[in-house]
Amino acid sequence: MPRARETEPVHIPDGILSAPVLIGGAALAAAGVTLALRRIDERAIPRVAMLAAVFFAGSLVSVPVGPSSVHLVFSGLMGLMLGLGIFPAVLVGLALQAVMFGFGGLTTLGINTLNIALPGALIGLALGPMIRTAASPARAALLGGVAGAATVIASGLLVALSLWLSSAEYGLVAQVLLVTYLPLALAEGAVSAAVVAFLARVQPEALAPRLAAGPE
Amino acid sequence: MILPADLRLRLAAAFVAVALVSQLSGLAPALCAAALALTLFALDRQALPWRRLLHLEAFLLLLFLTLPFTIEGRAVVSLGPLSASAEGLARAAVLAGKVTASVLLIALLIGGQEPLHLGRALAGLGLPEPLVRLFVTTARYVGVIGAEARRLHDAMRARGFRARSNLHTWRSYGYLVGMLLVRALERADRVEDAMRLRGFTGRYPRAPLPAPARADWAGAALITGAAALILVWDKL
Repeated sequence: MPRARETEPVHIPDGILSAPVLIGGAALAAAGVTLALRRIDERAIPRVAMLAAVFFAGSLVSVPVGPSSVHLVFSGLMGLMLGLGIFPAVLVGLALQAVMFGFGGLTTLGINTLNIALPGALIGLALGPMIRTAASPARAALLGGVAGAATVIASGLLVALSLWLSSAEYGLVAQVLLVTYLPLALAEGAVSAAVVAFLARVQPEALAPRLAAGPE
Repeated sequence: MILPADLRLRLAAAFVAVALVSQLSGLAPALCAAALALTLFALDRQALPWRRLLHLEAFLLLLFLTLPFTIEGRAVVSLGPLSASAEGLARAAVLAGKVTASVLLIALLIGGQEPLHLGRALAGLGLPEPLVRLFVTTARYVGVIGAEARRLHDAMRARGFRARSNLHTWRSYGYLVGMLLVRALERADRVEDAMRLRGFTGRYPRAPLPAPARADWAGAALITGAAALILVWDKL
């Protein structure tokens, strides 16, 4: 399986952002993680970890889009399947990526977590009920695709905002980066739709977060 | 060696040093930070993490391409109505220096460490216990699930699957991830059952880590002190 080689537009490296953006991002991400940890039963941690590991492994596959290829984020699916648990799951994934491959950054862990997890959590909250009660797997897939694409676009906007808030000089970079999110959103939407279609047929209860203790 | 052996101090030193370096704004201090990080690498006789550095290249390239045009100043090159400024190039070089220094420091201090040891160190630094457990457990399962993903991927290829830019590829990858999720959830239920059977209540017994040696403190102080001095020089 090819390893991540292309630039992940989602991850801002150390040394780029201003201190207020880094501190604000870290504070908001910490709030999200704390809130989530209060909801997750201690005994449900293997399940959250297992899902986080699937999304981590999945993000290492490079998916061809047009002439280039992208690495998916799966934040829409994570919001759907983990609820608020997406915050610690993304934080852990980013930390592992920093340790294992040196991607992303240390001081940017907070803001990067926020930029990925917040749209996922919100869109999971907004579209989750509709996806779970959809009349057919095809309809659930369509909504899942919308959730996947919309989450990535929202993340792109937050990354652009983080850059622009740090310095007006980054205006052009932010716009160029935003354009690179379009192929990512296309693939993310298509793959998320297929995942939701598969789960809706095979194991519909997996589409809802289960953060309490106890196997089914 | 100069680097602290204690992982808690390594983590703390890496975080503080990178945070300080990330706030540099002058060209000379930024390049000095990168040079110092390179020196530490040479002293530690480690191979340079080329993959990590090259990974950043695209982002930095984007900065080198855009900043000269977004920052006004003395024109160096003109492309029709656009002109690249020397100030913009200098700014991009500052960022390149800071980014390089940070990547090198992280690779040097925490790159390639065992997640289990990192987890213990993070708990020692006061990170909430559930978060530490999630980190350690996820690191463990990434290996298991990565192997399963490779198996499924190999099976797809054996049946003639080739990844291309089309709907069929995206759908196939979706089913691959869906299958991984279903199996992962089953596995998680089995793990939870097995752990409860053995009386797991949500906490592992963990012996406290020994106090760091004096040499470790000195190493951590040296690295963070150097970063702090460079920042002071930068702000003078």
